[in-house]
Amino acid sequence: MPRITYVEPDGHAVTLKLEPGQTLMRAAMDAGLQGIEAQCGGNCNCATCHCYVAPQWLDKLKPPSDDEQLMLTNVAAERRPNSRLSCQLVAEDALDGLIVRFPDRQS
Amino acid sequence: MDSQVPIVIVGAGQAGMQIAESLRQEGFGGTLTLCGEEPHPPYQRPPLSKKWLVDGGTTASLALRGPAVMERLRIALKLDSRVRAIDRNRREVELADGSRLPYDRLALATGSLPRTLPIPGASLPGVLALRGIADSLAIGAAIRRSTAEGRRVVVVGGGFIGLEVAAAARKLGAEVTVLEGLPRLMSRVTAPVVSESFARLHGSHGVQLIFGAQVAEIVGYEGSVAAVRTKDGQEYPAGCVVVGIGVDPDDLLARSAGLLCERGIVVDDCARTSDPMIAAAGDCTARRLADGELVRLESVQNAIEQGKSAAAALMGRSRPFVAAPWFWSDQFEVKLQMVGLSRGYDQVVTRGDLDKPAYSAFYFRAGRLLAVDSLNRISDHMQAKKLLDNGLSPTPEQAADPQFELPSLLKVREATAGGA
Repeated sequence: MPRITYVEPDGHAVTLKLEPGQTLMRAAMDAGLQGIEAQCGGNCNCATCHCYVAPQWLDKLKPPSDDEQLMLTNVAAERRPNSRLSCQLVAEDALDGLIVRFPDRQS
Repeated sequence: MDSQVPIVIVGAGQAGMQIAESLRQEGFGGTLTLCGEEPHPPYQRPPLSKKWLVDGGTTASLALRGPAVMERLRIALKLDSRVRAIDRNRREVELADGSRLPYDRLALATGSLPRTLPIPGASLPGVLALRGIADSLAIGAAIRRSTAEGRRVVVVGGGFIGLEVAAAARKLGAEVTVLEGLPRLMSRVTAPVVSESFARLHGSHGVQLIFGAQVAEIVGYEGSVAAVRTKDGQEYPAGCVVVGIGVDPDDLLARSAGLLCERGIVVDDCARTSDPMIAAAGDCTARRLADGELVRLESVQNAIEQGKSAAAALMGRSRPFVAAPWFWSDQFEVKLQMVGLSRGYDQVVTRGDLDKPAYSAFYFRAGRLLAVDSLNRISDHMQAKKLLDNGLSPTPEQAADPQFELPSLLKVREATAGGA
């Protein structure tokens, strides 16, 4: 089970074990983490599950779809090169150790 | 605040859960009770008419938060618990089982109830409406059964819920008829051009659309639904009927307790009701705008944002909800995203490809942008959201010009702000 570390906006880090196939958004919501809203429930409709991926992990992720790219153009917090929507990131064993950080605002 | 002071939240949906979570974030340390009528912990409703209706899936997959969160945030979840009265003098709520819960502050998040058809046969078995998980399961089962028996699914109402259910039923292999009373789809919320696109979309997927259909009776046969009859005498055979003709705010509890209600619990921008000890959020509310007008929103965003406001209000703080309202709907291959309120528009221009469809409709009043509906045009939607949130407006000519960069308006403002 891949372990994913989430850093909340205040710097508090939480490591969760995810089921392969589970999205990073879903696990964060289940755990009640701070800094994520996921208003649309994972349909790539709202851009309120925005996260920053630790740069060393960026090229290990599947690249964002066109829809995700477009949603990322207007996230509430600053968009950075390592911005992703956590509802589009699916846990797999190869991502064991991945670190993501939630921004200070989602809406 | 005194750690013994209790807050009770009535309604364990999206808004109720948000209030509970935000209260803890705001530093509330007292007893927090979240009462829900259904047997399920707080869950997402939008998938009930979309993906979840088609794919089935577990109720756990709909949960807004995991069980550990309730424990960590010390939220006492009372499920299967309908609140039947509020005693504002004694500051107690009374549950359906007769037990009473004291409160110091109270939050109401009772949601909305699907409207029912005031016609004969409306309560026959096989006539269904969508509110919760149990309804979605029943609708899914009825669609599958009708399909297996070679009978049609008839949807009454060509609004969001009706059309999403129609699309889901087609995906499940059903033959579907939609009966809409007005001359076009989603007429309450969209311009004719958008209605037209959705009529083409549903038509191309084999949904039979009947406009101007005044439903007069649901005809039964041997105790179950058999057909829907319209005023012009037409009969539409049906294995099941799904009624999606809108919702009414569930404000009965608040009204009975003497709170100011006007087609919803009247709240201000900060989710405060007419009783300073009570806040309200989500579908059950009617928000009083600065100009005195009341606006009702039925959306996830509204539940979340008003939920945050309600929590702040209960803690004695003001957190107005001012963001532009937004909504979404998934129907077949079209992602519809809407931002702003188009009510009162006097001009509509489109941007993009109407045939695909991949375009947006921009609504203006006196040349000022009110709202944007985007069909498979995510970037327009996101850009429009930013413009509306910042009080900016393109001209109708700029909006219609595909070469015009909408974000340039934001940059102009930043440059101006920087120079001032």
